[in-house]
Amino acid sequence: MVSALTRKAIRDLWHLRGQAIAIALVIASGVANLVMAKSTYESLQQTREHFYREYAFADVFASAKRAPQTLAARIADLPGVQTVQTRLMSSGNLHVTGFDEPVRAQVLSVPKEGGQPELNQLYLRAGRLPDPDAHHEAVISEAFASAHDLKPGDAIDATIYGHREHLDIVGVAISPEFVYQIQPGSTFPDFKRFAIVWINRRVLESALDMQGAFNNVVLRLRPGADPAQIVDEVDRILARYGGLGAYARKDQLSDHFLSEELRQLETMAKLFPTIFLSVAAFLLSVVLKRLIDTQREQIAILKAFGYSGFDIGRHYLQIAGLIAAIGTVLGIAGGAWLGSMLAGVYRDFYRFPFLDYHLSVLATATGLIVAFAASCVGALRAVAESVRLPPAEAMQPPAPGHFQPSLIERAGLARYLSQPNRMILRSLERRPWKALLSVIGLALACAIMMVGRFQENAIDRMIDVQLRIAAHQDLSVDFIEPSGRAALSELRALPGVRRVEGVRAVPVRLRYANYSYRTGLSGLPQDASLRRPVQADLSPITPPRHGVMLTDYLQQLLHVHVGDMLQIDVLQGRQAHLEVPVAGFVREYIGAQAYMDLDAMNRLLGDGDVVSGALLALDDGPTVDVFARLDRRPRVAGFSERSAEIGNFYTTMGQSLLVFTFISMLLGAVINFGVVYNSARIALSERGRELASLRVLGFTQGEVAHILLGELVILVAASIPLGFAAGWALCWVMAQGLQSDLFRVPLVLLPSTFAFALLTMAGSTLVSALIVRRRVAHLDLVAVLKTRE
Amino acid sequence: MPIEKERERVFRAQGLTKVYHMGDIDVHALRGVDLELHRGELVVLLGPSGSGKSTLLNILGGLDVPSAGHVWYDGHDLTTAGERELTQFRRRHVGFVFQFYNLIPSLTARENVAIVTEIADDPMTAEEALQRVGLDDRMDHFPSQLSGGQQQRIAIARAIAKRPSVLLCDEPTGALDSATGIRVLEAIESINATLGTTTVVITHNVDIARMAHRVLHLGDGRIVGEQTNATRTAAKDLSW
Repeated sequence: MVSALTRKAIRDLWHLRGQAIAIALVIASGVANLVMAKSTYESLQQTREHFYREYAFADVFASAKRAPQTLAARIADLPGVQTVQTRLMSSGNLHVTGFDEPVRAQVLSVPKEGGQPELNQLYLRAGRLPDPDAHHEAVISEAFASAHDLKPGDAIDATIYGHREHLDIVGVAISPEFVYQIQPGSTFPDFKRFAIVWINRRVLESALDMQGAFNNVVLRLRPGADPAQIVDEVDRILARYGGLGAYARKDQLSDHFLSEELRQLETMAKLFPTIFLSVAAFLLSVVLKRLIDTQREQIAILKAFGYSGFDIGRHYLQIAGLIAAIGTVLGIAGGAWLGSMLAGVYRDFYRFPFLDYHLSVLATATGLIVAFAASCVGALRAVAESVRLPPAEAMQPPAPGHFQPSLIERAGLARYLSQPNRMILRSLERRPWKALLSVIGLALACAIMMVGRFQENAIDRMIDVQLRIAAHQDLSVDFIEPSGRAALSELRALPGVRRVEGVRAVPVRLRYANYSYRTGLSGLPQDASLRRPVQADLSPITPPRHGVMLTDYLQQLLHVHVGDMLQIDVLQGRQAHLEVPVAGFVREYIGAQAYMDLDAMNRLLGDGDVVSGALLALDDGPTVDVFARLDRRPRVAGFSERSAEIGNFYTTMGQSLLVFTFISMLLGAVINFGVVYNSARIALSERGRELASLRVLGFTQGEVAHILLGELVILVAASIPLGFAAGWALCWVMAQGLQSDLFRVPLVLLPSTFAFALLTMAGSTLVSALIVRRRVAHLDLVAVLKTRE
Repeated sequence: MPIEKERERVFRAQGLTKVYHMGDIDVHALRGVDLELHRGELVVLLGPSGSGKSTLLNILGGLDVPSAGHVWYDGHDLTTAGERELTQFRRRHVGFVFQFYNLIPSLTARENVAIVTEIADDPMTAEEALQRVGLDDRMDHFPSQLSGGQQQRIAIARAIAKRPSVLLCDEPTGALDSATGIRVLEAIESINATLGTTTVVITHNVDIARMAHRVLHLGDGRIVGEQTNATRTAAKDLSW
């Protein structure tokens, strides 16, 4: 049996439906964000754990130039090591029929005797593992396979260590090692131009000339073992064999990206729901206050009949609760839908055998609790008032509001103000807190509108700096091993090549005081023009003849300053330990590297005047002809195009950015609409009598709407500068949240972003205004003559 | 007041009928009212609650339209006028006084009058209007600082400031005690006398009828009686 008060609550809600829906939508947006982020987080986290466990993802990774297979036993004997899997690994180039551009590949061995490796096992999406007795069978990574529509039964050509191999594709697989399939050193994944290829160890052995040896080893540790300690031990063991520095799982590229993604989802699960639910609480507070004001007499009568203050309070809380319930239900449904959409995006970027997205019970419960808590907080003040209201006083109409000339008038500007404008200003000034909170709500809407565009601006800037301002080469070429300068002359002699610059990259560990970081050290020539790192002001700089230049992010990471002596452990060749002064910092948004003058670097490393690769400027840009010639050079391990990287980015990321911009615009519009519409409706309810009187006195609908909407226009206008500031701050918070050694998101807000926020604000204000304007047309002019206030 | 001026017709209504559909029942507020109002006349509409007084006043004032019949103001048929024309009609020609004053709380006395003079064609100043109702010493007070009688006199000043052709007062003393009510009626009387504004006052207070030129009795949606006061009683001499 539904109590009379509950019926009243439901009918009151029906009466307030426009405002209730606006508030419920704001709550829904907050809950949807929370549910989406938390559910996706949980799904991603669980899927990752499950996949890592089931497919034996390694804990420690190490590469060496060439280590005897007998070393495996020594590594296995290390305390804390459970499983050791040695492998062969090489880079290569692939040739896909019908695709003329270079495709880089990371080639990995699977055990000679067939079957799955012990660690980093493959999940076969199609086909099977290579037959140990067959010579030309390969398994390729799923992302690459689907980018080129390759299936078992198709064939590709590969150049591995100068050997051309014809490979029959027998399987398509996913590995825990390459959930995020990105080429080391790349900005974004490129499924068309980067592949993982697994072939039988015997085949790779002969191609690399590695009989009885390995160049890559992965370890599984016993529970409780300290990866850092094992990393050190492995480094020590491999040092004599050209060890390239071991690292733990958290530094593994794919895992690192995944962890960053999870961190972002966590931030998102906190930031946006907080904003939306705060705004919802404010709106509920205002709407309930107004409802209670208009129902003073009803409250008095209920109390006179014996309802307690508690009953009355509960009644109004029930209304808030119903709104919260509607919002929560909508939010959970919306969150589930958005979450599955986001999971779809993740499925494209992160390759799991399965990504079982499910609506998290915890997220749903959190959404429910948070939404109700926010609603209660919002409702509290108004409800407390209803509880306190003495019945006798409630029978009387509320005292007329006290007004005074507004600040502008007191400043002597009264004569410039018409009476309607005075009404607007005085009404605003009478309740400054309400006005301020409305302005804050609107400013948050403006801020959210800016976030979507900010991502686009930031990524444009990252690409610009990394791939346009600091880099000018058409192609970058990697050599199989460090080579003398003659290798450059060889490239220079190729037709179509305009300029060649030799570069050298070595893996290093940078150390300063207690801080250390594993990265690459690049040697650039003094007369470099194809690749020049930039300073903070984006002007290019050439590394000085002495000292090392670091990506500015390393300044924070290593706590170094210009002039400090940096320890550099070279993780290659003679494993030199160097001490080099920090000469300066360069601005980079992707990766965190160190740069030196090439000659100085070669002198310090002491292994001759060599380069590990070259940058090429071409007469006619990258052409099939050049690709074919490069592919025939035995020294060339692989090459990649700069323009492809840029183009690839915009095609892969463009769509998801568009979706993100759309979503944030929608969310911003929800808040904007929620605040503007509610403010207007409440103003209309509070001043309906006044406005109807003016209509009776001969004011037109437009003139009356001016008084009503003028106040809103002022609030919206006041919110814009604050909104720009809040938008800047929100983007700053997001950019801070996205800082990592993988990439830094620069705080770039272009004028178009501000204009976009302004226009969308104006647009959604206009829509709210039009709705309210229609109500002005229906003001009951007759009733106003007969009712007291 | 000269007789010939009295005969100049301002309003003419013929067969005014108004039916409100309230759910399943029809409420007949007016059942065929014929009437004429003349320039400079002070007419009191007398009748019990539900007799149709307010409905008639609202139709005359362009706030409502009849279900049947016609009403002409100065030869213009108001019943065929649209919303925009009715707004203009009210803006130019009609002054309203309400039972509950309906002042704008955020505006001072002067500004409450000015809000009308700002949109009128040939208004008097707000100060002059307030002087006419004897409130020139309260011009900068807000409604919350004034008594009910004072608020109603501001409402009258607001209504007459645009020099309307007609002043329509719906129970102007309904919310006031008799002494205060008389001061308000004095203000209405003086406006009618000095500006020659055709004035209609609705009341159910029989005593007030004594100040009118003409009294129309309404009952059950019809004019059930009409009397012309041979001698009028000044507002200050009324009592109830």
